[in-house]
Amino acid sequence: MKCLVLTVVEGRVLKYGDNINTDVIYPGKYLVFTQPEKMAEHAMEGLDPEFPRKIRDYGLVVAGKNFGCGSSREHAPQSLKYAGCKCVLAESFARIFFRNAINIGLPIIECKGIHSKTDEGDRLQIDMEKGIIKNLTKNEVLNFKPFPDFLLKIFRSGGLISYLNLKSKTT
Amino acid sequence: MKLSGKGLPVTKKILAKASGKEYVESGEFVEAKVGMVMVNDLTGPLALDAFEKLKEKKVWDKNRIVIVLDHQIPADSVHSAELHKRLRRFAAEYGIKNFYDVGRGGICHQVMVEKGHVKPGVVVVGADSHTCTYGALGAFATGIGSTDAAAVFSTGSLWFKVPEVMRINVEGNLKPYVFPKDLILHVVGLIGEDGAIYMGLEFTGSTIKKMGVEGRLTLCNMVVEAGAKTGIIEPDEKTIEYLKGRVKESFTPVYSDQDAKYEEELSLNVEDLEPQVACPHSVSNVKPVDEVGDVEIDQAFIGSCTNGRIEDLRVAAKILEGRKVKDGVRLIVIPASQEIYLQALKEGLFEVFVRAGAYIGPATCGPCLGGHFGLLADGEVCISSTNRNFVGRMGSPKSKVYLASPATVAASALTGKITNPKKFM
Repeated sequence: MKCLVLTVVEGRVLKYGDNINTDVIYPGKYLVFTQPEKMAEHAMEGLDPEFPRKIRDYGLVVAGKNFGCGSSREHAPQSLKYAGCKCVLAESFARIFFRNAINIGLPIIECKGIHSKTDEGDRLQIDMEKGIIKNLTKNEVLNFKPFPDFLLKIFRSGGLISYLNLKSKTT
Repeated sequence: MKLSGKGLPVTKKILAKASGKEYVESGEFVEAKVGMVMVNDLTGPLALDAFEKLKEKKVWDKNRIVIVLDHQIPADSVHSAELHKRLRRFAAEYGIKNFYDVGRGGICHQVMVEKGHVKPGVVVVGADSHTCTYGALGAFATGIGSTDAAAVFSTGSLWFKVPEVMRINVEGNLKPYVFPKDLILHVVGLIGEDGAIYMGLEFTGSTIKKMGVEGRLTLCNMVVEAGAKTGIIEPDEKTIEYLKGRVKESFTPVYSDQDAKYEEELSLNVEDLEPQVACPHSVSNVKPVDEVGDVEIDQAFIGSCTNGRIEDLRVAAKILEGRKVKDGVRLIVIPASQEIYLQALKEGLFEVFVRAGAYIGPATCGPCLGGHFGLLADGEVCISSTNRNFVGRMGSPKSKVYLASPATVAASALTGKITNPKKFM
């Protein structure tokens, strides 16, 4: 299957803590907006109102455990993606956020130790398929378990809808 | 009847059945057939955006799609009015009869169970995290995203990772002023916000057997606050009685194998459990009510998919009857559905609330998610029968939300500070 997304991403780290919930990633009062540019404006507003400006330069989010807990709102990963986030790396993710990110084609990596081993501003190069994170600032390498084949297929298609469209074309 | 089998808990058995398999293992990815899918007025429009990107814009089964307007109703802005209009048009265009407009349903999760859209033994998904509520009726029920929902609209199936299962066995009688809400807050407090991340929870034991369906719904509703994928209770005679007259189709309940294996087990005795309160700003920051300290409140809220059912309103009315809400405190009461609204009206509960000085709202999610009304200002404190107390959840990021049972909320509304309901019962 042709790969429609970049599987190697590079950027600098914006760092956040544990249990970052979807209410702070995308506050409830903005759920009536569905336009990408509107969602981008309010990304992470409950935690860091400067996020939309910063993420354009940085590109990567590193967090602790249970990132994206709370509501099922797909606005949360969408707002991060539209604001310019190229990848979210965390110790663990809340499950609906995890599915939503895969389904909309936002690269997402679960990697034990990522939070303690990176600092804000570190430059990382991530190979999604090989499961390697190179910390270019610290000259260190971290490994993670790449997606299983099933998820990799959805991810390579650019998300669930493109995956279904490609599947219907081939059958 | 429980049969000895392949050692599968009910959660995995339903998933295996829906995937056409005899056996599934934790961590395995399966494509499961979905029995019913639900979206609401906030997650639905994004699902339509995704659906419209599909090459084939056909729905797999118009009778298995439920659309409920509940979060932002009636429309509070032109933005939400547009979202509602779009969903109305979609329902009309695709012949979706299970469309619950303003005044016809109520909060999506209550509508799903009371209108018979959930039956035991099937996979039910909804684009709302509290979809796990329906596990109380013996379904594999889990929250999904909007793109997921669009995929289900089109294909009738969805990918799942088979969860590990934790059994929570609960024994003992709850004290008369302690409720299922106190039990689930206690559980989330014990295992933590990510204590059951990616897992299925199964509740068993004599306390659960004795618990009515409404209490079970409250219990399963909040499993997501510990990160769980599902919460489930095996169907019994109470479940079947509740489903009578609601579910029109036939169904086959699924039970855990007698030799079911669980990855984790938690055993609780609740004889001594006191009313619990989740303090700001985490659902796992749970303390017995008497240890919360002197906390004055500005607002008290009884409602939501967690605790806006008739039994919740009855308990609150019992405490509020003949008494007055403390000056300076506003009490908001919102029945979870039109059906509950009517029942409360018939039972005279509204008169009790109004005489006590409470404000009664229309069936909607309302203040729970800080959407369109009942918001908090800087520095304000609310005690709420809802499910989340994250920073800014109910309005200002400088406000605070405490979570408790409807009884504790009602008692606190009377005294103006967080109060054990014991003295009013």
